[in-house]
Amino acid sequence: MTPFARLLCALVFTASRNAKLRVLRRYFEATPDPDRGWALAALCGKLDLRSVKPAVIRALVEERVDPVLFRLSYDFVGDLAETVALIWPDTGAKGAPLLLSEAVDALRAAGRQEAPALLARMLDRLPADERFALIKLATGGMRVGVSERLAKTALAQMSADVSLEDIEALWHGLEPPYVPLFAWLEGRAGAPSVDLALAFRPMMLAHPIEAALYSAGEQRENTQGEALTLARMAERLSPADFIAEWKWDGIRVQAIATPSGQRLYSRTGEEIGGAFPDLLAAMRWRGAVDGELLVMRDGEPAPFADLQKRLGRKAVSARMLREFPAHIRAYDLLHDGERDLRDLPLAERQARLQDWLARETPVRLDLSPPVPFESWEGLGQIRAGARAAAQEGLMLKRRDAPYVGGRPMGPWFKWKRDPLSADCVLMYAQRGHGKRSSFYSDYTFGAWTLGEDGPRLTPVGKAYSGYTDDELKELDRWIRAHTTDRFGPVRAVEPALVFEVAFDAVQRSSRHKSGIAMRFPRIKRIRWDKPAHEADRLDTLEAMIAQ
Amino acid sequence: MSVDANGYLTLNDAGLYCPAGDFHIDPLRPVARAVVTHGHGDHCRPGMGKLLCTPQTAAIARVRYGETAFGQIETLALGEVLRLGEVSIWLAPAGHVLGSAQVVIEGKHGRAVVSGDYKRRFDPTCAPFEPVACDLFVTEATFGLPVFTHPPIEGEIGRLLASLATFPERAHAVSVYPLGKCQRLIAELRRAGWEAPIYLHGSLRKLTDLYEQLGVAMGPKLDATAARKEEMAGQIVLAPASALRDTWARRLPDPVICAASGWMRVRQRARQGGVELPMVISDHADWGELCATILETGAQTTWVTHGAEDGLVHWARTQGLTAEALAIAGRENGAEGEAE
Ligand SMILES: [Zn+2]
Ligand SMILES: [Zn+2]
Repeated sequence: MTPFARLLCALVFTASRNAKLRVLRRYFEATPDPDRGWALAALCGKLDLRSVKPAVIRALVEERVDPVLFRLSYDFVGDLAETVALIWPDTGAKGAPLLLSEAVDALRAAGRQEAPALLARMLDRLPADERFALIKLATGGMRVGVSERLAKTALAQMSADVSLEDIEALWHGLEPPYVPLFAWLEGRAGAPSVDLALAFRPMMLAHPIEAALYSAGEQRENTQGEALTLARMAERLSPADFIAEWKWDGIRVQAIATPSGQRLYSRTGEEIGGAFPDLLAAMRWRGAVDGELLVMRDGEPAPFADLQKRLGRKAVSARMLREFPAHIRAYDLLHDGERDLRDLPLAERQARLQDWLARETPVRLDLSPPVPFESWEGLGQIRAGARAAAQEGLMLKRRDAPYVGGRPMGPWFKWKRDPLSADCVLMYAQRGHGKRSSFYSDYTFGAWTLGEDGPRLTPVGKAYSGYTDDELKELDRWIRAHTTDRFGPVRAVEPALVFEVAFDAVQRSSRHKSGIAMRFPRIKRIRWDKPAHEADRLDTLEAMIAQ
Repeated sequence: MSVDANGYLTLNDAGLYCPAGDFHIDPLRPVARAVVTHGHGDHCRPGMGKLLCTPQTAAIARVRYGETAFGQIETLALGEVLRLGEVSIWLAPAGHVLGSAQVVIEGKHGRAVVSGDYKRRFDPTCAPFEPVACDLFVTEATFGLPVFTHPPIEGEIGRLLASLATFPERAHAVSVYPLGKCQRLIAELRRAGWEAPIYLHGSLRKLTDLYEQLGVAMGPKLDATAARKEEMAGQIVLAPASALRDTWARRLPDPVICAASGWMRVRQRARQGGVELPMVISDHADWGELCATILETGAQTTWVTHGAEDGLVHWARTQGLTAEALAIAGRENGAEGEAE
């Protein structure tokens, strides 16, 4: 348990992605099987040890610690697992060190009846850091800022021959504690053999069209006009080589159905089928489809906010299913039955997708039809005309391109519609992390509302990006010079600086005081010139809410 | 001993006062005569008519506030007895920082001890705490909750040295208090075999030099503000937390921000401060040591101040002792920062 506890501790306090990768890689290299595999499973949320609930842990500690002292401590610390780990009395019991795999095996074998006593005996053997690790392990939810993808990236770094894509291609056929995976990564064995029929296929992703047209220094939205983009497209890309289709505003999914079951995966390969029983039940067809998950009513896609209500739910009520019916709009066919189509050119796959739809007549699944066009200019007009909430913009895909996992440069581009924008006033600034830790780099901005005592600012969003390094320095100086109040790492500033904020959409939100939430806000321009009272009002933003 | 020593101490608007001897202990505002436990700013304040303390604390007070900040400075060596009015007082080592002392007040009604800040662990920079049997014990409670157990310092220093080996291209910037923590950390690093020069923020220099003059070896030190950026890669830099949060830190090469404090025991708190390498190193007693010290003094009455009073008062009462929380204004430090 010691190395795993140290790993968690290091991850909690490491902000930068690269440093986290280093910490993970060192752990995987230094820790023997099967401990490292169980740690990997725990980090990726693949370890199901739900035999111990937080209430059980609380009861255990209250048998051992004065309840008044426990309550005072819990108030101070704020996190149950950490409070219990710190306050658990040291018994001085010194057995052999507890291995992570021993703890996992014991907890997996234990039923609800014996799990609490078992956990208590293990806690008695451990120092505080390791108690914390064990409690996190037993209750699930590591929350150490490591995504499944980051963990897999660290694994790929262990080997010169195995890439992240190689790992992802097999991942869904692998089981904890991943002994064959580590043998493969260490060159002691070949790739593990797994049944991949229901496994996630690495998704093909697109670059923004601007990436192909502008050099790195040019890429900021605010310097480029539509006309320049079109001129460069006409110069460099031939319309005849491309198929255009709408980029729907849902989430990209991969739906797979075989005789042995159905799976629904997100873009990163996470299984999300649990939240969409209506879709799984409708997947009576055979194949693998790449498409957009949407909430659909009367054949019309609903705004993204409706889909959000369905995401990440463990239990889905009948009412949710009725009011927010899920649907897949298909872009591509990766498998027709057992036949893998990914090596075929897109034009061929699209023809097969249409045949397949006619043959299988699926429900809750329809075609995202290609958008016919002659010239980039003409397509630009179609794109500009589309303000329907559910269309984020257009996808441009080369007719001759096979389907390859990852984000290759060249075959696929996204041409998003112009973002919305509003002028907002900087209200609070917070210090960043890592390299930015001495800079105020996270900004909360507001829009005007009319209060009883005159105009007031209501926070409407937060942005961490969209400015250059030089602008960051200037902003940092301005913030330090215009601070009105401080709370920990946050400074309140005079309402005197206007940001032109770009965002993809505005949604209604009951979680925010303003009643709205912006999607992907970023700073488009710093309006040093603009007086704050001329910034936008909240009702201007409300009028942008996607209908 | 009689059990009426309570009468030797009262609380007024300047803090703890001994009417029988007509002096305050660690007063909050200028008074005629102040007996001061140690040099930290929340205990030793300028403007006192007469300051009475150990010779080391006097030297620290002069460096911090200048010669003219006090009407008169009188020193009392550890164990030396002084008659003040109806009582005798003497100072016993508190093990907190160089010069720190407990104030013992003795008279015909018994004995009261005011601990000031104290710790029970070994510290190469100051004399170790000595428990004094008494009737009334006034204890600090900075870490007065059972979640606080300070681990052995060797392990914490070891983690810093391990990180230096892992990230040899990064400066390791440790936030420290300028009095006590800074010098103890230097001394512990030397004990662990770190012989390289240690880079200091300018505000740490004067007190560190004073420690050396008072006989505590510190080894080679360099000025971090004057150093070139590259030369601090893989080196240890000590600075106050405020400097590491500010533009000053930009002179350091890709710094690993470290902090040495008892508060680092609680992850969530350490993370909020943007700390990458938290070291649980404290100059205060931890929970177990607070409890053990109360029992060791044999005091029937305990007054608790300076931190998380509620937990310790509750515990003392469960032991059948009389205990009260003393709410001394200006001492409610709570979670905001380590009370010095
Ligand atoms: Zn103090
Ligand atoms: Zn102190």
